[in-house]
Amino acid sequence: MVEVRNLLVGYGEAPVLSDISLAFPPGQVTGVLGPNGCGKSTLLKASLGLIPIQGGQVLVDGQDLATLSPREVAQRAAYLAQSRSVPSITARRMVLHGRFPYLSYPRRYRPEDYRMADQALQWADASDLAGRSMDRLSGGQRQKVYLAMALAQDTQTILMDEPTTFLDISHQLEVMALARRLANLGRAVVLVLHDLDLALRGCDRIALLSGGSLRALGSPEEVFLNGVLDEVFHVRVGRMNTEEGWQYYCSPLPR
Amino acid sequence: MKSLPTSSIQRSNHNFIVLCLLGLFLAVGTLSLLLGPESIAPGQVLQGLFDPADTIARRIVLYVRLPRTLAGLLAGAALACAGVIVQVVLSNPLAAPSTIGVNSGAGLAAALCCALLPTNLTAVPFAAFAGAFLGAVTVLAIAQRTGASRLTLVLAGLAISGIFSAGVDTILTFVPESLNGYSDFRIGGLDGVSLKQLKPAALLILPALLASLSLHNELDLLALGQEQAQALGLSAKKLRLAALGLSSVLAGAAVSFCGLIGFVGLMVPHIMRRLVGEESGPLLLTCALGGGVVLCGCDLLARLLFAPYELPVGILMSLLGGPFFIWLLLRSRGGRHSG
Repeated sequence: MVEVRNLLVGYGEAPVLSDISLAFPPGQVTGVLGPNGCGKSTLLKASLGLIPIQGGQVLVDGQDLATLSPREVAQRAAYLAQSRSVPSITARRMVLHGRFPYLSYPRRYRPEDYRMADQALQWADASDLAGRSMDRLSGGQRQKVYLAMALAQDTQTILMDEPTTFLDISHQLEVMALARRLANLGRAVVLVLHDLDLALRGCDRIALLSGGSLRALGSPEEVFLNGVLDEVFHVRVGRMNTEEGWQYYCSPLPR
Repeated sequence: MKSLPTSSIQRSNHNFIVLCLLGLFLAVGTLSLLLGPESIAPGQVLQGLFDPADTIARRIVLYVRLPRTLAGLLAGAALACAGVIVQVVLSNPLAAPSTIGVNSGAGLAAALCCALLPTNLTAVPFAAFAGAFLGAVTVLAIAQRTGASRLTLVLAGLAISGIFSAGVDTILTFVPESLNGYSDFRIGGLDGVSLKQLKPAALLILPALLASLSLHNELDLLALGQEQAQALGLSAKKLRLAALGLSSVLAGAAVSFCGLIGFVGLMVPHIMRRLVGEESGPLLLTCALGGGVVLCGCDLLARLLFAPYELPVGILMSLLGGPFFIWLLLRSRGGRHSG
C-alpha cells in the first residue's frame, strides 16, 4: 500500500502541496479531484518518488520510499503519466515494456513476460491491437494499450493521471469499469479525474485537493454532503436519484 | 489469439529487412574491394588478400582498398548508431553526432592529440571519445537547462561546433603537420586510412555497438518520456549519461580515423525508422548495417564517379545530407503547426 504522511512539495510560502496525509487502500478506487493546478499530478508523482519531496514521508508497503530503488518501487506501483508519448513501436512491445521492472539477466523478456503482456492486452480489451503500431492508433486505443502496460506491470497499486481525458464517453466508462474490476481483484486504484459525475459515481473514495492542501477525504456521499465541492469548484453540485443510482450534475452558483 | 499472426508477420518482416541489409552490407564491402581506379581482377584481389607473395595488386588491396572498405563499413555503422542514440536521449529528430557538436568535439580532441603526441596513433580514438563526450554533455546540459526546443538545440549544437572547429583551425595554424595523415580532416574522407589506425578504433566501436544493442529496452523506455521511464523502474538520468557516453565512443572513434563526416548519423536513422519503426533493437541493428552500406557505398561512388580523380566521401555526404536535413527541418516545422 502507498501512503503519504505530512507530505510537503515545493518551497516558500506557497508550496505545491503541504501537509498531505492519506493512504491508497487496496480493493478501492480512489479518485483525486480538484481544480486545475491544485497539485493532483504532483501528488501522484511524489507518491512514486518521481519528483523530490521537501518534507514528510512516503511509505510503500510500510517501507520509506527513499530506501527503495526505482525498480523496487516499479514492482509495487504502476503509473500512467498524463502526457503520453506515442512512439512507433507495436502495442504488444509497448505492453511488454510493462515487464521491465522484472527484467533480469540475460536482459531479455521471458516467455512468462510475453504471456503476461498478452493477458494484460486481453484485460484491457486490446488484443486486436497487439500487432499495430502505436502511432497508427486512435486516442482511445492508445489509452487501452497504456492501461495494458500498467496492468502487465502486475503491481498492487496503480496510479493513473487523467486516464479519461480526451476520450469518448464510452471509452471513459470503459476505463472506469476496468478500474472497478482491478479494485475487485484487490488492487489499489488511484485516478486523477476531472469529471465530477464520473468520479463521484465510479470511485469508492474521493480525495479533494485545493490550493495544495487536502480539503476532504471520504466516500463520495460524505464529500458531496459536506458541501465542500461547491466551494472548491465554484459551482453548485447537485444530484438526482435514477434507476442507475445517483447522478451528479453541476450548475452555476446562484448570484 | 488473433494478435499472434500480426506480430509474427511484423517480426518476420524485420528479419527480412535485416537479411536484405546484411546482403547489401556484404555486397558493398565486396564491391569496394573489387573496384577502384586501378582495375584488378577478382582473382587477383583474392590472391592479394590471402597470398603472401608481394605484388602490386596485393599492396593496393591490402594497404588501400581493405582498410578503406573496413573504415567505411565501421564508421558508417558507428555514426548511424550514435545518431539513433542521441535522437532518443535528446528526444529530438534533428539531433545527430554532426548536428549537436559531438563530431566536432571529437575532431578537436583528435587534432589536439595528434599535435601533442604525433607518434601515438592508439591514443587518438580515446582522445576523440573524450572530446565527443564533452560536446554531448554540453548539449545535454543546454537541453535540460532551457528545456530547449528542437531548433534551439540544433542552433546550440551549431554554435558549439563553431567553437570546436575554431579550436581545430588554431591547432592547424600552429602545428600544420598535426593532421598530416588525413586527406582532409574537416571534410571527412576515407583514403589514407591505415589498418594501424583502424585497430584501436575498431576495438572501441565493436564493443560499443554490442553495448548499445544490449540497452535496446532501456532506450525504448526512454523514448516514452522521462517520467514514464522512471515509473517503470529505469534510472533515467544515469541511463541518459551512459547512452550519451556510448554514442560518444561510437562517434569519437569513427571521427578519429575518417574525419568530420556529417549526415550519416542523421540520414540513416530516419531511413531505417521508416522501414522498421522505432523499436530500438531492430532500429539499431538495421542502422549498423545501413550506415555501413551508405558510407561505404558513397565512398565507392566518390571513387568511381570522376575516376581517376577522387572525391572525398565527406563532400558527397554533404551533398546528399544537406538537402535531407533541410527537408527534415521543414517537416518538423510543419509538424509543430499541425500538431
